[in-house]
Amino acid sequence: MDSVSYILQQLLTGISVGGQYALIAIGYTMVYGILRLINFAHGDIFMMAGFFMVYLSATMPVYISIPAVLLLTVALGVLVERVAYKPLRSAPRMSIMISAIGVSYLLQNFATYYTGGLPQKYPTIPWIGDNVNFAGVATSRVTLLTPVLTLALVIGLVALIRYTKIGMAMRAVSKDFETAQLMGININGVISMTFVIGSFLAGVGSLLFFSKYPTVTPTIGAMPGLKAFVAAVFGGIGSIPGAVIGAFIIGICENIIKSMGYPTFSDAFTFVLLILVLVVRPTGLFGEKATEKV
Amino acid sequence: MKKLIAVMLCLALTVSVFAGCSTTPPAGSSTPASASGDAGNAPAVSGGDTIKIGIFEPASGENGGGGKQEVLGIRYAHSLVPTVEVGGKTYNVELVEVDNQSDTSKAVTAAQSLVSSGVSVVLGSYGSGVSIAAGEIFREAKVPAIGVSCTNPQVTLGNDYYFRICFLDPFQGTVMASFAKSKGASKAFVITQLGDDYSTGLGNYFKSAFEAAGGTVVTGEFQTGEVDFNAILTNAKNENVDVIFAPSSIATAPLIIQQARQLGITCPIMAGDTWENTTIIDNAGADTSEIYISTFFDENDSSSSVAKDFVTGYKAWLNSDPQNLTNNGGNDGVAAVSALGYDAYMTAIEAIKAAGAPDAASIQAALPGVSYDGVTGGLTFDENGDAKKNMAYIKTIENGGFKFIQTQTVS
Repeated sequence: MDSVSYILQQLLTGISVGGQYALIAIGYTMVYGILRLINFAHGDIFMMAGFFMVYLSATMPVYISIPAVLLLTVALGVLVERVAYKPLRSAPRMSIMISAIGVSYLLQNFATYYTGGLPQKYPTIPWIGDNVNFAGVATSRVTLLTPVLTLALVIGLVALIRYTKIGMAMRAVSKDFETAQLMGININGVISMTFVIGSFLAGVGSLLFFSKYPTVTPTIGAMPGLKAFVAAVFGGIGSIPGAVIGAFIIGICENIIKSMGYPTFSDAFTFVLLILVLVVRPTGLFGEKATEKV
Repeated sequence: MKKLIAVMLCLALTVSVFAGCSTTPPAGSSTPASASGDAGNAPAVSGGDTIKIGIFEPASGENGGGGKQEVLGIRYAHSLVPTVEVGGKTYNVELVEVDNQSDTSKAVTAAQSLVSSGVSVVLGSYGSGVSIAAGEIFREAKVPAIGVSCTNPQVTLGNDYYFRICFLDPFQGTVMASFAKSKGASKAFVITQLGDDYSTGLGNYFKSAFEAAGGTVVTGEFQTGEVDFNAILTNAKNENVDVIFAPSSIATAPLIIQQARQLGITCPIMAGDTWENTTIIDNAGADTSEIYISTFFDENDSSSSVAKDFVTGYKAWLNSDPQNLTNNGGNDGVAAVSALGYDAYMTAIEAIKAAGAPDAASIQAALPGVSYDGVTGGLTFDENGDAKKNMAYIKTIENGGFKFIQTQTVS
């Protein structure tokens, strides 16, 4: 194996991992932008999407189960918001954050209870799991597909926020919650929409993630969730392009560190980065541009 | 008025706390479980004529699948021998199960709950890390423990209360190293899990044995909970190794296998006893050729009549309850750890008989002298409390199941 294809192989893995973090990170950053809430349950929604696929695909073909999974994930995200966050809207921010942590543990333990704690096999989605040869490097199609799909979704999302009415409403709410309400914007609708988009992307992320790492366990959402959160902070929480760029940077750096033989430090790196960003540039890479906020 | 309500509330709280105490069974937070087949024999917790055996096993977490299989073997043994006669009096044996969640920090809590529920002897665990973590608890509480499939030497070393009925990692590492050598490998890549006593221990024993036999070893490490092994596997590919040795958990195994094959690595992948679990085959997908593992037992071994009877009886018992089959990974294959679980229970029963008293101290004193002809071979303990066993079974994956290739001993 020559050095060019070695580097390419490691880079491809890093980009693919980054793409998955990005899809989750958007959910964090959007909810933060609107509600100023760090939705700790987001990683577990991602995990639940994995389990939905495991159980749905057992009874129905893939072309039905994929949309069904996305639909269920969105429904779960909105349900969590309605049940655990909405009643606390006027409560101190700390209460709602603790509520989020509670939801996170609830989902994890529910999944443990339901599955008996054993890893479940994620179904093979035809085509995207195939092995392919890319520029002399053996990889799976999903590795190549992840960054492309991520970028396409992000472009779509940015367009939605820039050019549609609901996007305008989102930007308004993100700027000033109370004033937007006074101007007649349906706050609850906007917040629901935020959770719809965030959960949808987490659902897509879980399809890509588990096609690559096809074992679903109840705690699988914790680590990608945490990394995605760091990516969102790194990029400037509240900023969508920031979250995406942050996710790619973390994904690639992590993989480089691992391949150099320091796996001990790959997670440490992520969290040291979080501390450094918070100390040196608390608003993150893109955090200061208020117009970028969703 | 408000004050009155507050006082009432306080009273209510206090009362409910005490009420909680009185209704909690002595088993604490653990689940007293009995095998489904012998529900009629299992008595109510009444003390006196009951001996409690603690089951310290993972039912969830990365080794949950293995722990469940081990517990199945123990439950089956319990269904056969639900009582034990000590000093002319018949005691009912009650199994007290806890879930150590394959996690060293949770293991300590689980062990404490077993101790506080008053068990006389403990069986378990699957996974060395949790056993090492809990060893101190059992030693301080002076409750003897019988390790079922924890292969790391440190489990029993310097602990007079931990015994073990399986072979050890220095042996297992040497076995796999000489097996790899016999397959013509000269360069090995060893993948270990950071902070996991089993994985790093076995990896190191393999490394030293393989190097002593003239091979070269490159190593790679990963953290607990890792799902992406592409980085270290790409290194393995880059080094052009002849064999990969990856002692790791059940949850990790299919990811390593699948990602290695996706990267175009075709060399044999070997591991230790943990990989003998059919969920690995189900989860790893199509490409499970050239996988080799060492383990404690083979269900098709017809040389011992004890083993033959066990396999027949155990299969029938598994098939009698769909829940058993689910816990066994959806089929009625006999895992080596189930056979060990059975032997562990029987060893405990032998020890209780030899002790002549149902208390932990007598059992601990009697254990070193126990000798028992088990499913996984004859059993006597050495001075460390380890079973004297010197044979491993090498298996491979074929047609969606484990296939026995050969036994391997170390001279």
